[in-house]
Amino acid sequence: MKKTALFVALMMTAALGSPAWAQTHSEAFKDNIYVPGDLKPVDSVLRVKVGEAAPDFTLPSTAGEKVTLGRYRGKNNVVLSFVPAAWTPVCSDQWPGYNIVKDLFDKHDAVLLGITVDNIPTLYAWTNQMGKLWFPVLSDFYPHGRVAETYGVLRTDGTSERALFVIDKKGVIRYIDVHDINKRPSLETLVRELEKLN
Amino acid sequence: MKKILILAMLTVLVLSGSPAAAQGAQPKAGDRLFDFTLPVPPESADRNYLGLSGWGKTFKIADIKAKLVLIEILSMYCPFCQKEAPLVNRLHEAIEKDPAARGKIKIIGIGAGNSSYETEVFRKRYSVPFPVFPDPDYAIHKKCGEVRTPFFIAVRLNPDGTQDVTYAKLGGFGEVPEFLATLKKSAGL
Repeated sequence: MKKTALFVALMMTAALGSPAWAQTHSEAFKDNIYVPGDLKPVDSVLRVKVGEAAPDFTLPSTAGEKVTLGRYRGKNNVVLSFVPAAWTPVCSDQWPGYNIVKDLFDKHDAVLLGITVDNIPTLYAWTNQMGKLWFPVLSDFYPHGRVAETYGVLRTDGTSERALFVIDKKGVIRYIDVHDINKRPSLETLVRELEKLN
Repeated sequence: MKKILILAMLTVLVLSGSPAAAQGAQPKAGDRLFDFTLPVPPESADRNYLGLSGWGKTFKIADIKAKLVLIEILSMYCPFCQKEAPLVNRLHEAIEKDPAARGKIKIIGIGAGNSSYETEVFRKRYSVPFPVFPDPDYAIHKKCGEVRTPFFIAVRLNPDGTQDVTYAKLGGFGEVPEFLATLKKSAGL
Protein backbone atom coordinates (compact mmCIF):
# COMPACT_ATOMS: atom_id res chain seq x y z
CA MET A 1 0.00 0.00 0.00
CA LYS A 2 2.84 2.34 0.94
CA LYS A 3 4.56 1.54 -2.35
CA THR A 4 1.39 2.34 -4.25
CA ALA A 5 1.05 5.68 -2.50
CA LEU A 6 4.65 6.47 -3.37
CA PHE A 7 4.07 5.48 -6.98
CA VAL A 8 0.99 7.72 -7.16
CA ALA A 9 2.94 10.59 -5.65
CA LEU A 10 5.77 10.09 -8.14
CA MET A 11 3.42 10.00 -11.11
CA MET A 12 1.64 13.11 -9.91
CA THR A 13 4.97 14.89 -9.57
CA ALA A 14 6.04 13.79 -13.04
CA ALA A 15 2.82 15.01 -14.59
CA LEU A 16 2.81 18.37 -12.88
CA GLY A 17 6.56 18.66 -12.94
CA SER A 18 8.13 22.06 -12.87
CA PRO A 19 11.44 21.02 -11.32
CA ALA A 20 13.42 23.55 -9.36
CA TRP A 21 16.31 23.36 -11.78
CA ALA A 22 14.04 24.60 -14.54
CA GLN A 23 13.83 27.89 -12.69
CA THR A 24 17.53 28.63 -13.05
CA HIS A 25 17.69 29.51 -16.68
CA SER A 26 20.54 31.89 -17.03
CA GLU A 27 23.19 30.81 -19.45
CA ALA A 28 25.65 32.20 -16.90
CA PHE A 29 25.30 29.07 -14.81
CA LYS A 30 24.66 26.41 -17.42
CA ASP A 31 27.62 24.16 -16.57
CA ASN A 32 28.05 25.04 -12.91
CA ILE A 33 24.81 24.28 -11.16
CA TYR A 34 24.31 21.23 -8.98
CA VAL A 35 20.79 19.89 -9.31
CA PRO A 36 19.53 18.65 -5.94
CA GLY A 37 16.06 17.73 -7.24
CA ASP A 38 12.84 18.78 -5.57
CA LEU A 39 13.33 19.35 -1.85
CA LYS A 40 11.00 19.40 1.12
CA PRO A 41 9.49 22.91 0.85
CA VAL A 42 10.23 23.90 4.47
CA ASP A 43 12.38 21.91 6.88
CA SER A 44 12.78 24.01 10.00
CA VAL A 45 10.76 25.76 12.71
CA LEU A 46 10.90 29.54 13.11
CA ARG A 47 12.33 30.85 16.38
CA VAL A 48 11.35 34.49 15.85
CA LYS A 49 8.03 36.21 15.21
CA VAL A 50 6.80 39.38 13.56
CA GLY A 51 6.79 42.14 16.18
CA GLU A 52 9.83 40.79 18.03
CA ALA A 53 13.29 42.37 18.08
CA ALA A 54 15.53 40.84 15.42
CA PRO A 55 18.39 38.89 17.04
CA ASP A 56 21.65 40.73 16.48
CA PHE A 57 24.59 39.07 14.76
CA THR A 58 27.96 39.78 13.23
CA LEU A 59 29.08 37.87 10.14
CA PRO A 60 32.02 38.16 7.72
CA SER A 61 31.27 39.39 4.21
CA THR A 62 32.82 38.56 0.85
CA ALA A 63 34.22 42.12 0.82
CA GLY A 64 36.45 41.17 3.76
CA GLU A 65 34.61 43.17 6.42
CA LYS A 66 32.44 42.14 9.34
CA VAL A 67 28.82 43.22 9.19
CA THR A 68 26.73 43.69 12.33
CA LEU A 69 22.95 43.91 12.03
CA GLY A 70 22.73 46.35 14.94
CA ARG A 71 24.72 49.00 13.12
CA TYR A 72 21.70 49.75 10.92
CA ARG A 73 19.42 50.45 13.89
CA GLY A 74 18.03 53.97 13.76
CA LYS A 75 19.35 54.43 10.22
CA ASN A 76 18.01 51.84 7.80
CA ASN A 77 15.39 49.21 7.31
CA VAL A 78 17.02 45.84 6.63
CA VAL A 79 16.07 42.91 4.45
CA LEU A 80 17.76 39.62 5.31
CA SER A 81 17.75 37.24 2.37
CA PHE A 82 18.77 33.74 3.41
CA VAL A 83 19.30 31.42 0.45
CA PRO A 84 20.00 27.69 0.89
CA ALA A 85 23.39 27.27 -0.75
CA ALA A 86 25.73 28.56 -3.43
CA TRP A 87 25.75 26.84 -6.84
CA THR A 88 22.18 25.58 -6.59
CA PRO A 89 19.09 26.31 -8.69
CA VAL A 90 16.78 29.22 -7.83
CA CYS A 91 19.40 30.78 -5.50
CA SER A 92 21.56 31.49 -8.53
CA ASP A 93 18.79 33.61 -10.04
CA GLN A 94 17.32 35.25 -6.95
CA TRP A 95 20.12 37.66 -6.05
CA PRO A 96 20.86 38.78 -9.65
CA GLY A 97 17.23 39.92 -9.68
CA TYR A 98 17.71 41.96 -6.50
CA ASN A 99 20.90 43.31 -8.03
CA ILE A 100 18.99 45.41 -10.60
CA VAL A 101 16.53 46.94 -8.14
CA LYS A 102 18.82 48.83 -5.75
CA ASP A 103 16.63 51.88 -6.40
CA LEU A 104 13.60 50.08 -4.92
CA PHE A 105 15.54 49.33 -1.73
CA ASP A 106 16.99 52.87 -1.59
CA LYS A 107 13.54 54.35 -1.99
CA HIS A 108 12.51 52.70 1.27
CA ASP A 109 15.76 53.34 3.18
CA ALA A 110 16.40 49.61 3.08
CA VAL A 111 19.64 47.72 2.91
CA LEU A 112 19.79 44.13 1.76
CA LEU A 113 21.99 41.52 3.42
CA GLY A 114 22.41 38.23 1.57
CA ILE A 115 23.27 35.27 3.80
CA THR A 116 24.14 31.63 3.17
CA VAL A 117 25.86 28.94 5.24
CA ASP A 118 28.70 28.66 2.68
CA ASN A 119 32.25 29.75 3.39
CA ILE A 120 33.71 32.99 2.03
CA PRO A 121 35.77 31.55 -0.88
CA THR A 122 32.72 29.67 -2.21
CA LEU A 123 30.48 32.72 -1.87
CA TYR A 124 33.10 34.91 -3.51
CA ALA A 125 33.39 32.64 -6.58
CA TRP A 126 29.64 32.12 -6.85
CA THR A 127 28.57 35.76 -6.53
CA ASN A 128 31.30 36.89 -8.95
CA GLN A 129 29.38 34.91 -11.59
CA MET A 130 26.43 37.24 -11.00
CA GLY A 131 28.31 40.41 -11.79
CA LYS A 132 29.08 43.01 -9.16
CA LEU A 133 26.48 42.86 -6.39
CA TRP A 134 25.63 46.12 -4.63
CA PHE A 135 24.68 44.46 -1.32
CA PRO A 136 26.83 42.65 1.25
CA VAL A 137 26.98 38.86 1.00
CA LEU A 138 27.52 37.28 4.41
CA SER A 139 28.87 33.89 5.38
CA ASP A 140 27.09 32.01 8.17
CA PHE A 141 29.58 29.18 7.82
CA TYR A 142 31.24 28.88 11.22
CA PRO A 143 29.97 28.11 13.76
CA HIS A 144 27.89 26.46 11.08
CA GLY A 145 24.56 28.19 10.42
CA ARG A 146 24.46 29.84 13.86
CA VAL A 147 22.51 32.87 12.65
CA ALA A 148 20.15 30.72 10.56
CA GLU A 149 19.55 28.57 13.63
CA THR A 150 18.93 31.62 15.83
CA TYR A 151 16.21 32.75 13.42
CA GLY A 152 14.91 29.19 13.03
CA VAL A 153 15.67 28.75 9.33
CA LEU A 154 18.43 26.11 9.49
CA ARG A 155 17.29 22.97 7.69
CA THR A 156 18.08 19.49 8.96
CA ASP A 157 20.66 18.99 6.18
CA GLY A 158 22.68 22.04 7.26
CA THR A 159 21.50 24.39 4.50
CA SER A 160 19.22 27.29 5.29
CA GLU A 161 15.70 28.00 4.12
CA ARG A 162 14.98 30.43 1.32
CA ALA A 163 13.77 33.06 3.77
CA LEU A 164 13.19 36.80 3.83
CA PHE A 165 13.04 38.91 6.99
CA VAL A 166 12.13 42.59 6.85
CA ILE A 167 13.41 44.49 9.89
CA ASP A 168 12.48 48.11 10.51
CA LYS A 169 14.71 50.95 11.74
CA LYS A 170 13.87 50.12 15.35
CA GLY A 171 15.22 46.62 14.85
CA VAL A 172 11.77 45.01 14.93
CA ILE A 173 10.85 42.17 12.56
CA ARG A 174 7.98 43.36 10.38
CA TYR A 175 7.69 40.55 7.81
CA ILE A 176 8.82 36.93 7.51
CA ASP A 177 8.60 34.73 4.44
CA VAL A 178 10.02 31.24 4.84
CA HIS A 179 9.48 30.38 1.22
CA ASP A 180 9.12 27.02 -0.50
CA ILE A 181 12.81 26.28 -1.07
CA ASN A 182 12.07 25.14 -4.64
CA LYS A 183 10.56 28.45 -5.69
CA ARG A 184 11.66 32.04 -6.01
CA PRO A 185 9.81 34.59 -3.85
CA SER A 186 7.89 37.30 -5.69
CA LEU A 187 9.76 40.58 -5.91
CA GLU A 188 6.49 42.47 -5.88
CA THR A 189 5.47 40.99 -2.51
CA LEU A 190 8.77 42.08 -0.96
CA VAL A 191 8.47 45.59 -2.39
CA ARG A 192 4.91 45.90 -1.05
CA GLU A 193 6.24 44.98 2.42
CA LEU A 194 8.92 47.67 2.14
CA GLU A 195 6.26 50.19 1.17
CA LYS A 196 4.39 49.43 4.42
CA LEU A 197 7.40 50.55 6.48
CA ASN A 198 7.14 54.22 5.58
CA MET B 1 -4.77 -1.39 -5.21
CA LYS B 2 -6.01 -1.64 -8.80
CA LYS B 3 -8.38 1.24 -8.27
CA ILE B 4 -5.57 3.45 -7.01
CA LEU B 5 -3.42 2.59 -10.00
CA ILE B 6 -6.22 3.37 -12.45
CA LEU B 7 -6.92 6.63 -10.64
CA ALA B 8 -3.22 7.56 -10.82
CA MET B 9 -3.05 6.80 -14.53
CA LEU B 10 -6.21 8.79 -15.23
CA THR B 11 -4.84 11.70 -13.21
CA VAL B 12 -1.63 11.65 -15.20
CA LEU B 13 -3.54 11.53 -18.48
CA VAL B 14 -5.71 14.48 -17.49
CA LEU B 15 -2.79 16.53 -16.18
CA SER B 16 -0.46 15.80 -19.07
CA GLY B 17 -3.21 16.75 -21.48
CA SER B 18 -3.76 20.12 -19.85
CA PRO B 19 -2.09 23.19 -21.35
CA ALA B 20 -0.13 23.90 -18.16
CA ALA B 21 1.70 20.61 -18.45
CA ALA B 22 2.27 20.71 -22.22
CA GLN B 23 5.97 20.14 -22.75
CA GLY B 24 7.52 21.06 -26.09
CA ALA B 25 10.90 20.51 -27.66
CA GLN B 26 13.55 23.19 -27.90
CA PRO B 27 12.91 25.06 -31.17
CA LYS B 28 15.42 24.90 -34.00
CA ALA B 29 15.78 26.54 -37.39
CA GLY B 30 13.45 24.95 -39.93
CA ASP B 31 10.73 24.15 -37.36
CA ARG B 32 7.20 25.48 -37.50
CA LEU B 33 6.67 27.83 -34.55
CA PHE B 34 5.11 26.24 -31.47
CA ASP B 35 1.60 27.45 -30.69
CA PHE B 36 1.06 30.01 -27.94
CA THR B 37 -0.84 33.20 -27.19
CA LEU B 38 0.21 36.44 -25.52
CA PRO B 39 -1.84 39.10 -23.75
CA VAL B 40 -2.54 42.25 -25.79
CA PRO B 41 -0.27 44.89 -24.21
CA PRO B 42 -2.02 47.56 -22.15
CA GLU B 43 0.14 50.39 -23.55
CA SER B 44 -1.00 51.81 -26.89
CA ALA B 45 2.64 52.40 -27.92
CA ASP B 46 3.26 48.65 -27.67
CA ARG B 47 0.07 47.80 -29.55
CA ASN B 48 1.01 50.27 -32.28
CA TYR B 49 4.55 48.88 -32.51
CA LEU B 50 3.20 45.37 -33.00
CA GLY B 51 0.47 46.59 -35.36
CA LEU B 52 -2.23 44.85 -33.37
CA SER B 53 -5.76 45.70 -34.34
CA GLY B 54 -9.08 44.58 -32.93
CA TRP B 55 -10.32 44.29 -29.40
CA GLY B 56 -9.20 40.82 -28.36
CA LYS B 57 -7.46 40.20 -25.07
CA THR B 58 -4.85 37.88 -26.53
CA PHE B 59 -2.96 37.56 -29.81
CA LYS B 60 -0.62 35.22 -31.61
CA ILE B 61 2.69 35.86 -33.34
CA ALA B 62 0.83 35.60 -36.67
CA ASP B 63 -1.21 38.68 -35.68
CA ILE B 64 1.89 40.89 -35.50
CA LYS B 65 2.29 43.17 -38.50
CA ALA B 66 5.75 42.13 -39.64
CA LYS B 67 7.66 39.85 -41.96
CA LEU B 68 9.86 38.57 -39.16
CA VAL B 69 9.57 38.59 -35.36
CA LEU B 70 12.55 38.09 -33.07
CA ILE B 71 11.50 36.56 -29.75
CA GLU B 72 13.85 36.78 -26.80
CA ILE B 73 13.13 34.34 -23.98
CA LEU B 74 14.57 36.09 -20.94
CA SER B 75 14.22 36.56 -17.21
CA MET B 76 14.54 39.62 -15.03
CA TYR B 77 16.62 37.44 -12.72
CA CYS B 78 19.08 36.22 -15.37
CA PRO B 79 22.44 38.02 -15.25
CA PHE B 80 23.21 37.17 -18.89
CA CYS B 81 19.90 38.68 -19.99
CA GLN B 82 20.77 41.78 -17.97
CA LYS B 83 24.15 41.95 -19.70
CA GLU B 84 22.64 41.38 -23.14
CA ALA B 85 19.86 43.98 -22.71
CA PRO B 86 21.79 47.01 -24.05
CA LEU B 87 22.83 45.04 -27.14
CA VAL B 88 19.24 43.99 -27.88
CA ASN B 89 18.24 47.65 -27.52
CA ARG B 90 20.94 48.54 -30.05
CA LEU B 91 19.56 45.92 -32.43
CA HIS B 92 16.11 47.47 -32.07
CA GLU B 93 17.56 50.90 -32.78
CA ALA B 94 19.40 49.57 -35.86
CA ILE B 95 16.16 48.03 -37.16
CA GLU B 96 14.25 51.28 -36.67
CA LYS B 97 16.96 53.24 -38.47
CA ASP B 98 17.08 50.84 -41.42
CA PRO B 99 14.40 51.86 -43.95
CA ALA B 100 14.15 48.32 -45.32
CA ALA B 101 13.80 46.66 -41.91
CA ARG B 102 11.68 49.24 -40.08
CA GLY B 103 8.14 48.00 -39.66
CA LYS B 104 9.10 44.64 -41.14
CA ILE B 105 11.21 43.21 -38.31
CA LYS B 106 9.83 43.43 -34.77
CA ILE B 107 11.25 42.32 -31.42
CA ILE B 108 9.40 40.99 -28.38
CA GLY B 109 10.61 39.60 -25.05
CA ILE B 110 9.00 36.85 -22.97
CA GLY B 111 9.93 36.75 -19.27
CA ALA B 112 10.11 33.09 -18.25
CA GLY B 113 8.74 32.77 -14.73
CA ASN B 114 8.37 36.54 -14.48
CA SER B 115 5.23 38.34 -13.35
CA SER B 116 4.15 41.49 -15.17
CA TYR B 117 5.66 43.47 -12.27
CA GLU B 118 9.01 41.76 -12.88
CA THR B 119 8.99 42.21 -16.68
CA GLU B 120 8.21 45.90 -16.13
CA VAL B 121 11.12 46.20 -13.68
CA PHE B 122 13.42 44.71 -16.34
CA ARG B 123 12.03 47.00 -19.02
CA LYS B 124 12.37 50.10 -16.91
CA ARG B 125 15.86 49.23 -15.65
CA TYR B 126 17.23 48.73 -19.17
CA SER B 127 14.93 51.17 -21.03
CA VAL B 128 13.72 48.35 -23.24
CA PRO B 129 11.80 49.91 -26.14
CA PHE B 130 9.95 46.76 -27.27
CA PRO B 131 7.20 44.85 -25.42
CA VAL B 132 8.20 42.25 -22.84
CA PHE B 133 5.47 39.80 -21.89
CA PRO B 134 5.14 37.95 -18.57
CA ASP B 135 5.11 34.14 -18.48
CA PRO B 136 4.59 33.75 -14.71
CA ASP B 137 3.75 30.05 -14.66
CA TYR B 138 6.35 29.06 -17.29
CA ALA B 139 3.56 27.98 -19.68
CA ILE B 140 5.31 29.32 -22.80
CA HIS B 141 8.72 28.39 -21.43
CA LYS B 142 7.61 24.75 -21.16
CA LYS B 143 6.37 24.82 -24.74
CA CYS B 144 9.82 25.76 -26.00
CA GLY B 145 11.70 23.03 -24.16
CA GLU B 146 12.54 25.02 -21.00
CA VAL B 147 15.44 26.73 -22.78
CA ARG B 148 18.08 28.57 -20.82
CA THR B 149 18.19 32.32 -21.19
CA PRO B 150 18.65 34.50 -23.09
CA PHE B 151 17.36 32.40 -25.98
CA PHE B 152 16.60 34.06 -29.30
CA ILE B 153 14.06 32.72 -31.79
CA ALA B 154 13.55 34.43 -35.16
CA VAL B 155 10.22 33.63 -36.78
CA ARG B 156 9.32 34.35 -40.41
CA LEU B 157 5.64 35.13 -40.96
CA ASN B 158 4.68 33.52 -44.24
CA PRO B 159 1.95 34.90 -46.52
CA ASP B 160 -0.02 31.65 -46.11
CA GLY B 161 -0.37 32.32 -42.36
CA THR B 162 2.27 29.81 -41.24
CA GLN B 163 5.39 30.73 -39.28
CA ASP B 164 8.83 29.23 -39.71
CA VAL B 165 11.66 29.39 -37.21
CA THR B 166 14.72 30.74 -39.06
CA TYR B 167 17.05 31.12 -36.06
CA ALA B 168 17.01 29.57 -32.59
CA LYS B 169 20.01 29.87 -30.36
CA LEU B 170 21.05 30.17 -26.73
CA GLY B 171 23.11 33.15 -25.70
CA GLY B 172 24.10 36.43 -27.28
CA PHE B 173 23.63 36.93 -31.01
CA GLY B 174 27.00 38.60 -31.53
CA GLU B 175 27.48 41.81 -33.51
CA VAL B 176 24.41 43.90 -34.33
CA PRO B 177 25.14 44.63 -38.08
CA GLU B 178 25.82 40.98 -38.88
CA PHE B 179 22.80 39.74 -36.98
CA LEU B 180 20.54 42.35 -38.56
CA ALA B 181 21.81 41.26 -41.99
CA THR B 182 20.92 37.64 -41.09
CA LEU B 183 17.44 38.66 -39.97
CA LYS B 184 16.85 40.75 -43.10
CA LYS B 185 17.89 37.86 -45.32
CA SER B 186 15.53 35.50 -43.47
CA ALA B 187 12.73 38.03 -43.86
CA GLY B 188 13.40 38.33 -47.59
CA LEU B 189 14.33 42.00 -47.30
